[in-house]
Amino acid sequence: MADLRRSPLAHVQFPAGLAELPFRTMVNLRVDPSSERVEKALGVALPQQCGQTSVSGARTVFWLGPDEWLVLDDEPGIHAELVEALAGESGSAVDVSANRTIVELSGPFARDVLEKGCPVDLHPRAFGPGQAVQTTVGPVPVLLWQVGDETYRLFPRSSFADYLARWLIDAMSEY
Amino acid sequence: MLLISCPWCGPRDETEFRYGGQAHVAYPETPSALNDQQWAEYVFYRENPKGPFAERWMHSIGCRRWFNVLRDTVSYEVLAVYRNGEEVPR
Amino acid sequence: MTRLPHGGRIDRSTVLRFTVDGRELTGHPGDTVASAMLANGIIEVAPSIYRDRPRGIMAAGVEEPNALLQVDGPCSEGMLPATTVELYDGLVASTLSGKGRLDPTPDPAVYDKKFVHTDVLVVGGGPAGLKAAAEAAATGVRVMLVDDQPSVEAPADVVVLSRTTAIGSYDDNYVLALERRTDHLGSAAPQNVSRQRLWHIRAGKVVLATGAHERPLVFAGNDKPGVMLAGAVRTYLNRYGVAAGSRVVVFTNNDSAYDTVRDLLDAGVEVAAVVDARSDVSVDVDVRILPGSAVIGTEGDDRITGVIVRTSEGGTVSFECDLLAVSGGWSPVVHLHSQRQGKLRWDDELVAFVPDGAVRNQEIVGMASGEGLWPTQALWLVPADSYDTHFVDLQRDVTVADVWRSTGAGMLNVEHVKRYTSLGTANDQGKTSGVNAIGVIAHALGGSVGEIGTTTYRAPYTPVAFAALAGRERGDLFDPERTTSIHPWHVEHGALFEDVGQWKRPWYFPRDGEDIDAAVARECRAARNGVAVMDASTLGKIEIWGADAGEFLNRIYTNAFKKLKPGHARYGVMCKPDGMIFDDGVTLRLDDNRFFLTTTTGGAAGVLDWLEEWLQTEWPELDVHCTSVTEQWATIAVVGPRSRDVVSVLAPDLDLSAEAFPFMTFRETTLASGVPARICRISFSGELAYEINVSSWYGLSVWEQVYEAGLPYDITPYGTETMHVLRAEKGYIIVGQDTDGTVTPHDAGMAWAVSKQKDFVGNRSFSRSDTARGDRKQLISLLPTDGSTRLPEGTQIIARDVDLTPPVPMLGHVTSSYHSEALGRPFALALVAAGQSRIGETLMAHVGSELVPVQVADLVLYDPEGSRRDG
Repeated sequence: MADLRRSPLAHVQFPAGLAELPFRTMVNLRVDPSSERVEKALGVALPQQCGQTSVSGARTVFWLGPDEWLVLDDEPGIHAELVEALAGESGSAVDVSANRTIVELSGPFARDVLEKGCPVDLHPRAFGPGQAVQTTVGPVPVLLWQVGDETYRLFPRSSFADYLARWLIDAMSEY
Repeated sequence: MLLISCPWCGPRDETEFRYGGQAHVAYPETPSALNDQQWAEYVFYRENPKGPFAERWMHSIGCRRWFNVLRDTVSYEVLAVYRNGEEVPR
Repeated sequence: MTRLPHGGRIDRSTVLRFTVDGRELTGHPGDTVASAMLANGIIEVAPSIYRDRPRGIMAAGVEEPNALLQVDGPCSEGMLPATTVELYDGLVASTLSGKGRLDPTPDPAVYDKKFVHTDVLVVGGGPAGLKAAAEAAATGVRVMLVDDQPSVEAPADVVVLSRTTAIGSYDDNYVLALERRTDHLGSAAPQNVSRQRLWHIRAGKVVLATGAHERPLVFAGNDKPGVMLAGAVRTYLNRYGVAAGSRVVVFTNNDSAYDTVRDLLDAGVEVAAVVDARSDVSVDVDVRILPGSAVIGTEGDDRITGVIVRTSEGGTVSFECDLLAVSGGWSPVVHLHSQRQGKLRWDDELVAFVPDGAVRNQEIVGMASGEGLWPTQALWLVPADSYDTHFVDLQRDVTVADVWRSTGAGMLNVEHVKRYTSLGTANDQGKTSGVNAIGVIAHALGGSVGEIGTTTYRAPYTPVAFAALAGRERGDLFDPERTTSIHPWHVEHGALFEDVGQWKRPWYFPRDGEDIDAAVARECRAARNGVAVMDASTLGKIEIWGADAGEFLNRIYTNAFKKLKPGHARYGVMCKPDGMIFDDGVTLRLDDNRFFLTTTTGGAAGVLDWLEEWLQTEWPELDVHCTSVTEQWATIAVVGPRSRDVVSVLAPDLDLSAEAFPFMTFRETTLASGVPARICRISFSGELAYEINVSSWYGLSVWEQVYEAGLPYDITPYGTETMHVLRAEKGYIIVGQDTDGTVTPHDAGMAWAVSKQKDFVGNRSFSRSDTARGDRKQLISLLPTDGSTRLPEGTQIIARDVDLTPPVPMLGHVTSSYHSEALGRPFALALVAAGQSRIGETLMAHVGSELVPVQVADLVLYDPEGSRRDG
């Protein structure tokens, strides 16, 4: 059935250093931060502070708020597992896989490109690989995740993806 | 541009926040028990002090939490930031 | 020869050709247009703006009031001080009489922004700034330094932005600085690099090392070409290797001008005399000094040829000269300090406003703080019989006589004098004239300068192009364009688009040659008689989970949700505490503890914040969690009597009969294509309709499946215009179009949606005396009785036989207006005073200069019985 899917940026001609990572599983999780059942289902601790991520294999958990996380995975099964783990507990685990897409920006000038529109301090003294924050890039709200020294992943809402891609391609043209 | 320290996310630019007006204006327990004057005071009347003012802000681009800011309306200095349920810092 | 044989920070080995006012000239890298003009012996620029008096280059920096350029280029730019425009080969410019020209050509240059953070920001790369930067860098913190000159020699661990001017200082040490990146390269500027960049700098600490501006002296004929600030004369000598004149007279009231005298003598330039206003002068220079004297006049029709001096003995003496270097004291550059409400105090010894302490987390060093400035003897004006050529503001041609005319007219406040005379309002913003003006006012009023105080300093410190403020947010990138997963299909099929918030929504889908009316009529016929399809993906969507979700929605919506059965849907209205409609939409109950709420397209973010505010601040005890899922789902509305035929092809597993799948219910199913879907019986048109919700990954594919299945029925895609006609025929409101924050559900004809069984936000307001009035404006339909006039939205409605002598009482206004294909006539929705009791009445609509009779009708014009919703 995969042939029926179309990603938000399927139409974009990406320059080197920019790519879409489509069709990942994402679950928006809201639960008490000390929920053991959820952590067991995740197989990894819930990050407890802004900027933190927890990683286990292909699975990454992002801190979104004091009782809110985004779970990223390659496989769709995690959603049902989290719903099951929440049974009888207060909280929610909502499938948001298609709500956002992921854009990967990489290269020696990646930070310079982002600094053209991101108000958060991205200097290595303040932000580094493994950290993720919700902020804006240009006028677009994103979850911004630094995955390597020169690689960032941006999670825009799908409706903003085309504009963000055009914004990034424009910002990259200097380099 | 104000720099507001979200109690959860730390200092961020004002553009990441939504303004919510005066803080500590509690929703009346039983609105139907109030006369028109009392209800109008809840709905329409707000303080407009010169100096420290407790306001409600929300980190709408970030963690989506509402919280309180004590801000000087003359100097625009953010004097304190505190979470819901906490007392106004002195 | 006015270029010195050596010295200055210029590259004499390279010759740059340029043209000013039609004259072909040469200069060197490192020159400004002003220094290169002076090197060519040219000091005159275009005459003054109002009085057409000859003027010349007077300064060497941003404070220049006279030498303004219009510089040619792909898009010509005006009002640039020649003292700040770096020379490049091929530059063509003309000097201006105080007014530039806006080039109508679109500017092809790129402008962008950069957002950075630093522990310490130093503004100004002079000795004090460099020292502060070095000291800060030595502690290991991040240090940035901005300076407006082409090169700054700062320590290696300081991030330096040269050619950069800090133009604005905002709360919490947020500083905007404009970097001129490629202007100096001329035609060699790379195309893919921004011409100018606006830096947004957030600094832990700001160090202002912005120096001081020298003031001219105010005397008769003080505006002639060849009258130049003494410090500028020195700058031209030392930075550019240019002697601005060959025989110089100096007029000063402080010691700083003697540095200029020494440098002139060292460079071999003749200094005829120093006219010093002070009686007591003890300076060791080998030049004739006239203490206690003043320049009382200048000679020469254009450039100055000589000066007349009144000596301390009362006699006069003349000197020939081609340059008069003047120094009336120095004003610390406090603009960035004052923009932050930093206080100033008047210093009688320095004759200057100096910072009175620093703003929180800021420091002021060097001359900007007053440190290192020279004791000065106040001389606000040189006495004369007439003050008509004692110029205070050269760029606005304002004289002492003008200032006194304003004080004579009763302007006692400097802000009033400024507005009466226009003093300080030119694009130099009074950098050289501001304090002198205050002195002249004080002289007239007899008060002290410190008591009169300054005008307000506002950003920007120097002019900045709107293009630089806009950055990349122009043209295609002006504002985010939000698109749905089905958007490519709409584009491919010729849709015209309408902006709804930031969304691009199809407006209508014209076929060959159709105008909007023809296209909308066709789309409406398809929806009412056959089948039509619309992309409704832009509706806001929020999942609400929790044991108290039903209770929560009961409190938020005016109508009841707690007892809604799983599998069922309900339209809801939410109000603010004042009882006015805030948003509306349909909510599904997915199971006991889960709801799926939809909002208006434009209201999604506001509603979510609103829900969170109640949950977080008022009712934290409720077990409710909200998650925005707007883009998770694509929503396809299949509308019309044949919609069942189409949906049955897509969803063969569903029994679509009205009995098995009634109105306001939904079903989860798997489409024939294998795509999981949630199908709702919801109608925003009154027709049988299905809304198919699928993951937006499949949105485009399922839309194409619907379209293909509908081809046998001539399925017709439609946009927002047809949606509006269909909903208005049914009296369904659009929040924000038919409501404006003053409309209650009752006013909008939705008393049926207001529960009397439970409390909710806004309920108490319905019994307020004002809200309970019977003559409130209420939403009704209007039918123009001529059957043909389409009332413009906003049309005012008045009574039929009212006296037309203004003021005419207004009864209300039109909120929505369309041609109804189904009714065969135009109709409108309007908010009219006591409208619901006027059904059948005739009122008048004011259209252009005509009064059009309109009949008030029930809000629901089409199928009021609701007989069509089941097909």
